[in-house]
Parts: sequence; C-alpha cells; structure tokens
Amino acid sequence: MTLLKRIAPQLVALALLVALVTVFYPGFLKIGISGDRLVGPMIDVLKRGAPVALLAVGMTLVIATRGIDLSVGTTMAICGAVAASAVAGGWGLVPALLLALAAGALAGLWNGLLVAVVGIQPFVATLILMTMGRGIAQLITEGRILTFTDAGFAFFGSGSLLGLPVPAWLWLACGLGMAALMRRTALGLLVESIGINRRASALAGVNATVLLIAVYVVSGLCAALAGIVVTADIRGADANNAGLWLELDAILAVVIGGNSLLGGRFSIIASLIGALIIQTIDTGILLAGFPSEYNLVIKAGLVLVILVLQSPRIAGEWRLWRDSHRASREAALHRGAAK
Amino acid sequence: MLLTIRSLTKTFPGTKALDAVDFDLAAGEVHALLGENGAGKSTLIKCLTGAYRRDGGTITLDGATIDPQSTVEAQEQGIGTVYQEVNLLPNLTVAQNLMFGREPRRWGLIDSRALRAGARETLRPYGLDIDVDRDLGSYSVAIQQIVAIARAVALSGKVLILDEPTASLDAAEVRMVFDVVRGLRERGLGIVFVSHFLDQVFDLTDRVTVLRNGRKIVTERTAELDRVKLIEHMLGRALEHEVAEQAARTAAARPPLLEFRGFGRRGVVEPFDLTVGQGEVVGLAGLLGSGRTESAEMMFGVRPAQSGEASDAQSRLDLSSPRAAIAEGFGFVPEERKTDGIVAELSIRENIILGLQARRGWARPIPRSEQNRIADDYIKRLDIRTSGREKPIGELSGGNQQKAILARWLAMNPRFLILDEPTRGIDVGAHAEILRLIRALTQAGMSILLVSSEIDELVASADRVIVLRDRRHVAELSGPRLTGAEIMRAIAGGEVAA
Repeated sequence: MTLLKRIAPQLVALALLVALVTVFYPGFLKIGISGDRLVGPMIDVLKRGAPVALLAVGMTLVIATRGIDLSVGTTMAICGAVAASAVAGGWGLVPALLLALAAGALAGLWNGLLVAVVGIQPFVATLILMTMGRGIAQLITEGRILTFTDAGFAFFGSGSLLGLPVPAWLWLACGLGMAALMRRTALGLLVESIGINRRASALAGVNATVLLIAVYVVSGLCAALAGIVVTADIRGADANNAGLWLELDAILAVVIGGNSLLGGRFSIIASLIGALIIQTIDTGILLAGFPSEYNLVIKAGLVLVILVLQSPRIAGEWRLWRDSHRASREAALHRGAAK
Repeated sequence: MLLTIRSLTKTFPGTKALDAVDFDLAAGEVHALLGENGAGKSTLIKCLTGAYRRDGGTITLDGATIDPQSTVEAQEQGIGTVYQEVNLLPNLTVAQNLMFGREPRRWGLIDSRALRAGARETLRPYGLDIDVDRDLGSYSVAIQQIVAIARAVALSGKVLILDEPTASLDAAEVRMVFDVVRGLRERGLGIVFVSHFLDQVFDLTDRVTVLRNGRKIVTERTAELDRVKLIEHMLGRALEHEVAEQAARTAAARPPLLEFRGFGRRGVVEPFDLTVGQGEVVGLAGLLGSGRTESAEMMFGVRPAQSGEASDAQSRLDLSSPRAAIAEGFGFVPEERKTDGIVAELSIRENIILGLQARRGWARPIPRSEQNRIADDYIKRLDIRTSGREKPIGELSGGNQQKAILARWLAMNPRFLILDEPTRGIDVGAHAEILRLIRALTQAGMSILLVSSEIDELVASADRVIVLRDRRHVAELSGPRLTGAEIMRAIAGGEVAA
C-alpha cells in the first residue's frame, strides 16, 4: 500500500505518456504474437529499456548513499568487450559471462575504494573510471568492433523466454530481486541511514565503509549485465559506443523515480518506472514519426514537464489550491443550506 | 558607549539561543566574550554581523539603531569580523586581498599601481613590512590574520570582532597579533574578543562578559576578576539542591569493570590510567579543548588510542573502531547531536533500532512488530514527546532527540555507556529527566562515563570526577573532595588548590 503511494506519481506520469504517444501513434498499445514471442511497441520498450533499467538499479543505491556513479556507461563497454573477447576466443559462454560480471565487480570495487576509503568525492572518483574505462575497453577490443557468432550469448540480447524478450526478464529479475533484498533484510535501512548521515550511522555501529563499497560493486555488476545485454544484442562489442552517455539516462531514471540526489530514502521500483518512462519517450518519438533531429529536444521537454509536475513545490501548490477550492465549495453549500 | 545591545533574543526551533542578552562595548576597549559551546557566543556575533536576523532587542552603534541584513551591510555600518579560519583568498596577492571589492580603477580597469599603494597605506599602521605582491597564502597564519584584521578595520573602522583569532597560532605569533590589537585599541576601536584561552583573556582584555545557555551571566572588569570565579560563571552552578543527595550516595566500593592503562593518543590526549567500577558514574570535567570530548571519543574508538590498552576482568578489549567498541559492550551518546547522533530524515523508530540492527547484521532484520514494540516502549519510558514513532526524528525538539538517541543505546543494553554532554542545549525538564535516568541505569548495574561542562551536573551525578586540563588528566576527585569548588580549582590550575 505504501509502495503504491510512493510510486503513484511515476505510474501516473507513465500512463499519461503512453496516452500521449497513442494519440500520435494509435498502434502503440497493440500487442501481437509472432511465433512464440509477443511483439509490439510496448514489448519493444521493455526490451530496449533494459540497459538503462539495469543501470538504474545500481544507480539508485549509489544515489541513496549520497553518491553518484558516472562510470557505468564505460563499465558497460569494458564488460561487453571482456565478454565478447572471451566468447570469440572460445572460452565458452559461462566463463565469458562470469568474467564480464567479475570485470563489473572490479570496476565497482575500484570506485567504492576511492569513495569510501580514500575519501574522494563520488563525482570525481567515478569520473576517473568514466574517462579511463573506454580506453580500457578499446585496448581489450584492440580498437575494432569485436564480433562473435555464439548463439547462446546472443540469446541474452535478442532471445525470448515465455514470450517476453530476455533483456526484459533480466531487468525485471534484477530490479525486483534487489528491491526485495533491500526491504526483506535491513540493507535498505542501513543504506538510507549512511546516505543521510554517514558519521552518525558509523557511530551507531553501522559498517558504513563496507556498505558504501558494496553499493558501488552492485552498481558495477548492474553495468556488467547491461553491457552483456547490449553486446549480445548487436553480436559484437563496440568499445566506442556501447553504453555511451547511458550513465546520464540512468541518473535521470533515478531522479524521475523521485529519488533525491541528496541521498536517503530510495525506491528501486520507482527508478525502474523512471527507466520505462525514458524508453517510452525514446520509442514514442521514433514511432510518432517526428524528424529525428527533434528527438532530443522533445525528450528534454517531456522530462522537464514530468520533473516539474513531481516537484514537492508544485504538489504543495496543488494541495493548497484543492483545499481552498474545497473550502469555498463547502462555504457555498452552507450558504445554500442557510437559504 | 560605542556599541550597545539590549535584550537581544534569537530563537531556533527547540532552543532559545539568546535570551534577552545585554552587551556594551566602549571605544578603546577590548571586551572578551566567553562561554562554553552552545552558550550563545557565535549566535550573538552572527546577529551583530548580519549573518542572522534577530528575533528581538536593539543594537545601537554610535547612537544610531542598526539592523544589518548581511555581513556586507554590517561592514558598511562599521562592524568588521575576523574569524579563526582566515576568510581571505590565499591565492590572491596581499594587495588584492586588502583591496578586494574596492579596487581603484582607471578607465574602467583596475589600476594596479594605485592598488599596491592603497594596500601599503592600509598596512602602514600595523608595522608590517611585507611584499604586497606576493600571494597571501605564502605568509604565515599570523601574518594572514593581521592582513585580515587590517582589511576588516579598513572596511568598517568602528567595531572589530575577533572570533577565536589565536586558535591556530603559536605563542610568538599570538604576541604579534596581540600587539596589533593593542594598537587598534589605542586608536579608539571597540574590539570584541572571543576565545577559550583564559590566559589570553587575562592578558589582553579590559572587560569580560560571560554567556551561558543563551543568557548573559555577568560583565566584569578583567582586572577584578578571579580565575576560579570566572570558570564558575562559565560552567554554572544551577543545581545546588542535588548536592546533598550526592554525598550520601558515594559510600559503597564497587567491583572494577574496566581498566584503561596508559591510554592515549599523540596530540589529542596524553596517556592516562582509569578504572571504572560496576555501576559507577565517572565524570570528566574540563574546559572546552581540554581533552574531555577527545578522551571519550578515544575510548569509543572514534579516534582510537595509539598507546596503552583497555581490559576487563577476563581479557583485553578491542576498541579500534566504534563497531569494535560496541561489540565490547560500549555505547556512546555524542556531543554534537545533529551531526553525530541523529539520522534526521529517518523516523524515531528507525533511529532507535538503528544500533541494535547494525549489531545484529543486515541479514537478520528486526521484525517490524518487534521494532514497533521497542520504539513504543522507549517513547513511553523516556517520555519522548512526539505524535508517533514514525515521525522523522529531525522534527523533534533537542531534548526529545537526545532521549531518542539515549533510547538507541539503552535498547542495546551496553555495560559501559559514554555520555558526552548529554544535557547540552535541551530544556530544563528534559535535563532533570536525563539526570534521573543516569541514576536509574547505574542502579541497574550499568557503568557510565559522563562528560560535562556543567559542574553541578557532575557533582550531582558522578561518583568520581576526573579533571582535564591541557589534554591531561590532572586530578581525580571523589568522596568529600568531590565538590564544585574543588573541581573548579582543579580546572583553574593545581597551584590554587592549596
């Protein structure tokens, strides 16, 4: 119940957005069946939104600790390159996936140590890997787009399971699983508490340093999954473009999810809906047939409208207006009764 | 009078930071403003310099009522301030710093020759022969401090506020700054001097005003002031009636619980020995900066000891971090409630169970029904005034926040609870309740370390008081010697004790 109340603004925004897209592209809600898989624009949103949704899961936790992780886009490129070169080198699917995840965890560990132990501000600490990471990915792929033909690996990008695309299953499982882990254990509370006041939490016995490192490792693992998805989808590791600027979309998804950049209270589910909102805008603009040069401007405009409508100040104004409206109506009723 | 303040009042949510304070400053006077943390010194200064808006009272400067809205406006009206941390720009030259914001211009551009000349002119009265073209940051802190003073005087010229200007200076540098201050006094400025170094106060100032808990306690001529008396004014004697009760309480010998041997940290607290008995309240007394808070933090592993060891009857204790200390059964209610105690946006319930949960580990969450029971239990037992356990703790008054932090530790049932200024900044009612609680806890067998700047609180609650001065444990008072007068004598300096 409280969860529903928490994510209500995001759900309303998503519903309005879907309605808006449907006006411009009436077939948006249509879902068909092709072979054993569902097809349609909505299914496409679930699939194409996977990288940002996966990144948003880790990013939510990092932001809840009052941090930020700018390196997730390049971590995607590194992990994609690692996985692709392992598969292309004949290592087999499972070792390749494990190597990619290990690379993501390592990237997160690096960030976490810089933030929690060395004490560098998260923005700067993760900026280092953001700058360096794409170079590492290029070194792994030796500057080429590293292609492969492993059908098992490609399954993670373009396969489908029980009708739904595999990437959609991945972000659903990862997001819901992480949300459950946070709320069924005490992790959620402890993460929020170090985000609001790390010093006070540490004095109360919370292992702030280890937790802080852990959230960056989780963010790195999420980036690894996202990297696996995009690499598998195009059957090749593109060190220059994989995950390019996606850290910004992930941060945006978290913000649209109503999570404060100042840390503290967080909701992974709301961030996931935020990621869906972003992808719905992207897909919707394409389908509506606007010239592609309008895309970014329209996207920015819609995001702005959503954020303004969600802001506490607007909510306060709305409540004020509603209450005064209600009061004046009641006053009118009383006058009517008096007559 | 150059500056007259009448009935200055400033309220923050939950506390009255200044309560109808009067203050006078004559031209050609150095006037010390003294008080412990939370006494209201900085609030008074911030009201004077326009950083805060006052809630009531008048400020008269040179016969005209003023109401500065910003530090710039206060400066223009004649009130300049120099802070402990030099608030100039170290990577600009001395001249640029001195003339910042009033650079001489020619055809719209800064006239650097006139700038240097103006800077030298500004520095002339201070007998400071330095190269005004060098970066300010290349000079010592004392020189920077004098440049800051010169700038403040040049901009304002009537009243100069020095807010702990000597805290980071050595003895020779202090003399240098004091010579400058004396020069300004002769030129007829009114100078407000804030410091907690009493020697410097007696050395430099003409009059002393003491604030405590937002009230003015006394204004006296420095020459007529006795050091012990001054400390008494600063630390307060408010709870006379509890003293008699204390005397009857300290008879029984207690089995030792903890032993600290040679426990110290370089530059923070000199090594000390301390035995804490079961169910005993050990008090730590001393002025601000004497090492009383530092001792407490060291024992809890916030800044771990570098020498010595702590042990109980069975074994040596690991106090290398707060987590380690908690595992040894320690608890710590910090002095700075806002930054070190509460997690403001979390609810009262979450704040209370936070420590318990951290000790159990993340994988074993406390069931919600159990959390509710613990929170409700302590809200009732400690009489925390709130509309419910789900209210964010930041919205409570100071006293109720403090009780919730106490509840966090009581829920963990520590054997040794360190309380650093547990009654700081809370209202009188909550104050008495917390002292009663301390007594009840020790009767149940808990041992307590009570760090306090309030002498009477120590006399009323502690079985034994350790007095600190200059980061050293200088005296241990118990039994009949445990009186307010003895504590103050020990704080003021051993030679007075005879």
